[in-house]
Amino acid sequence: MSTVTTSRYVTEYDAIAAKLPGQNLPWLQQLRKDALARFSANGFPSPREEEWRYTNVSAIEKKLFSPVLGFVSHPNLQTVDADWLKSQQLEDAWSVVLVNGHFSIDHSKLDGLPEDISIMSIADALVGAKNFSPLLETYLGRAVNIAEHSLIAFNTAWFTDGVFVYVPAKQVLAKPIQLLNIVTEADAMATTRNLVIVAENAEAQVIETFAGLNDAYLTATVTEVFVDQNAQLTLYKLQTESEKAYHFGGTYVKQAKDARFTHHNFAFGGLLARCDIHTELDQASECELNGLYLGVKRQHLDNHTRINHLKPHAISREMYKGVLDDRARGVFQGRVIVAEDAQKTDSLMNNRNLLLSNEAEADTKPQLEIYADDVKCGHGVTVGQLDEKSIFYLQSRCVDEETARNMLTFAFANEMVDKIKIKSLHDKVLEQVLARFPQEGVEKDWL
Amino acid sequence: MLKIENLHVSVGDKPILKGINLQVKAGEIHAIMGPNGSGKSTLSHVLSGKAGYEITQGSITYQGKDLTEMPPEIRAREGIFLAFQYPVEIPGVSNIYLLKAALNAVRKHHGQPEVDAMDFLTLVKHKVKLLEMDEKFLYRAVNEGFSGGEKKRNEILQMAILEPKLCILDETDSGLDIDALKVVADGVNSLRSPDRSFVMITHYQRLLDYIKPDFVHVLAHGQIVKSGGPELALELEEKGYSWLEGQVAA
Ligand SMILES: Nc1ncnc2c1ncn2[C@@H]1O[C@H](COP(=O)(O)OP(=O)(O)OP(=O)(O)O)[C@@H](O)[C@H]1O
Ligand SMILES: [Mg+2]
Repeated sequence: MSTVTTSRYVTEYDAIAAKLPGQNLPWLQQLRKDALARFSANGFPSPREEEWRYTNVSAIEKKLFSPVLGFVSHPNLQTVDADWLKSQQLEDAWSVVLVNGHFSIDHSKLDGLPEDISIMSIADALVGAKNFSPLLETYLGRAVNIAEHSLIAFNTAWFTDGVFVYVPAKQVLAKPIQLLNIVTEADAMATTRNLVIVAENAEAQVIETFAGLNDAYLTATVTEVFVDQNAQLTLYKLQTESEKAYHFGGTYVKQAKDARFTHHNFAFGGLLARCDIHTELDQASECELNGLYLGVKRQHLDNHTRINHLKPHAISREMYKGVLDDRARGVFQGRVIVAEDAQKTDSLMNNRNLLLSNEAEADTKPQLEIYADDVKCGHGVTVGQLDEKSIFYLQSRCVDEETARNMLTFAFANEMVDKIKIKSLHDKVLEQVLARFPQEGVEKDWL
Repeated sequence: MLKIENLHVSVGDKPILKGINLQVKAGEIHAIMGPNGSGKSTLSHVLSGKAGYEITQGSITYQGKDLTEMPPEIRAREGIFLAFQYPVEIPGVSNIYLLKAALNAVRKHHGQPEVDAMDFLTLVKHKVKLLEMDEKFLYRAVNEGFSGGEKKRNEILQMAILEPKLCILDETDSGLDIDALKVVADGVNSLRSPDRSFVMITHYQRLLDYIKPDFVHVLAHGQIVKSGGPELALELEEKGYSWLEGQVAA
């Protein structure tokens, strides 16, 4: 598996290692060393691995992406259209901007953020800002291990920066936090590592957005999330990478007792995009995973979810929808694991795919692994076309066939958009879906 | 308005309509009755252009034009409206959106400009009131989660807004409670005009008490086995269909 390119990434590593954050920390040095060793040995994931059988990453193996190092005040950012950058930032959120894998305080908007809530560069946190370093040592790499797959190892060895979010106990955040990731350089790799901790009884909403200029580049990002006892986190991900970009994003969550975690995953961009969402449920915790992937042209959009019921009485709900046109391919692999201990688990997983062209493809693979005996677990998957009866009904109401198809497709996708609770984000996502499936003469509040 | 001559229709290899002749003139009301499975809904689907039916013989002429080659939406824009026996639920598409899309499609077809947003709302609210519906229904997804009766009422709301020329009501009365039947019948009666025709498929005299037909036809085994005036419906109510069975083969 280890190819020439893999070794090129590895050879290059020595030259950049000194510039990566946290090199003065022995524990992190060790972690990165182990990760590098793992990556060197295994290379990029291979389609021979069960979890990667539908997604071939040889494209990123063939191409050598390079990290952008030594970010101070990035010269290229001046060439980025200020209006474009502004259009990516949500009005009603605190936002931080990561440019080519580096936290940019200049472009972040954090005014009015309560003092005990921390949103900062993970590189800064590692070098000791606000004494968070011991906390990072405890949590970094705890929600996901470098053994998970070699892109985790890759991210762990190479990450240049990221965001650290800490919401202390009982804090209820008044506004959502947006982590805006942009890539402005061709052939760059943005390797970010984020850590989000929501302490006991706290509540927060975090939005990860990904966008880039129209270049080929690589995003390899990992977000580790800890939702403590009775805390609540809603995490949104809006992936609108450039159409030539490669995106590998993983969100790994640990939920304590009674914790609630909701994830909304919108995968619209990228040439090849893979998203992993894993969560572990402690007693009576709840998770809801929603997803919408819209593929066109030759896009490959892969979504992997894993819900691990470890303790009794937890609830999980999952709904992923895909709309695939042209020669696009969508993948959904959803695993639900119910441990022997996790009696009274209540779990429901759904994946619905709409194929708009004969050449589009959807691969769906739900997997239930149940080791407890008193549980309620359901799943359903569909891959199909629009309902002919519905099309005829609309035609009988004067609507031409193409418009009817468009209305029904939009409605199918909009169900997931409708679940967004943050107005500015809702409008932004809706705009994207409407751009794909225009609806004539409709007022926004009719949708 | 509508002329059906010797219409034979099959689904797959199965012949369902076996030589229907029916002429509906402007302003007339025709009732079609007949046993379950005799082909009434099939006829209504064929008239509105649903795919999957093969016309093996005969012709359908609507306002002097051959209907059989017209796609469903053109038929609808030309004024044919089918109130479905089983209205389809369309999750995610609101009633009001469909109403506006439909109305604008008709207007465009006739070379008229799009309806003004305010005029549209005024019109829709007026019709909603006429059918004694809650305005909330406008913002719900088309038929989704509607009760059987609510669906039927919603069909008539669409009809009232589109003001078609030929209204085909397929068992609009079934599923309606007594009060709702009266409201819907009043709605239908308010649309009666010398240039609008109705074909009402029903199993019950009750609807015909409210909307008096000019003609009553009995469809059995894919043929119209008897036609008459409103008194035929009363006779059927009394005797059922069995006395007509012998006439099928004829
Ligand atoms: N797609 C189809 N495939 C096979 N048979 C069909 C199909 N559609 C209709 N039929 C058959 O054609 C016959 C006529 O059906 P249709 O729905 O027109 O009856 P109907 O007169 O409307 O009955 P009802 O009073 O019960 O509504 C029935 O025997 C039905 O099973
Ligand atoms: Mg019928």
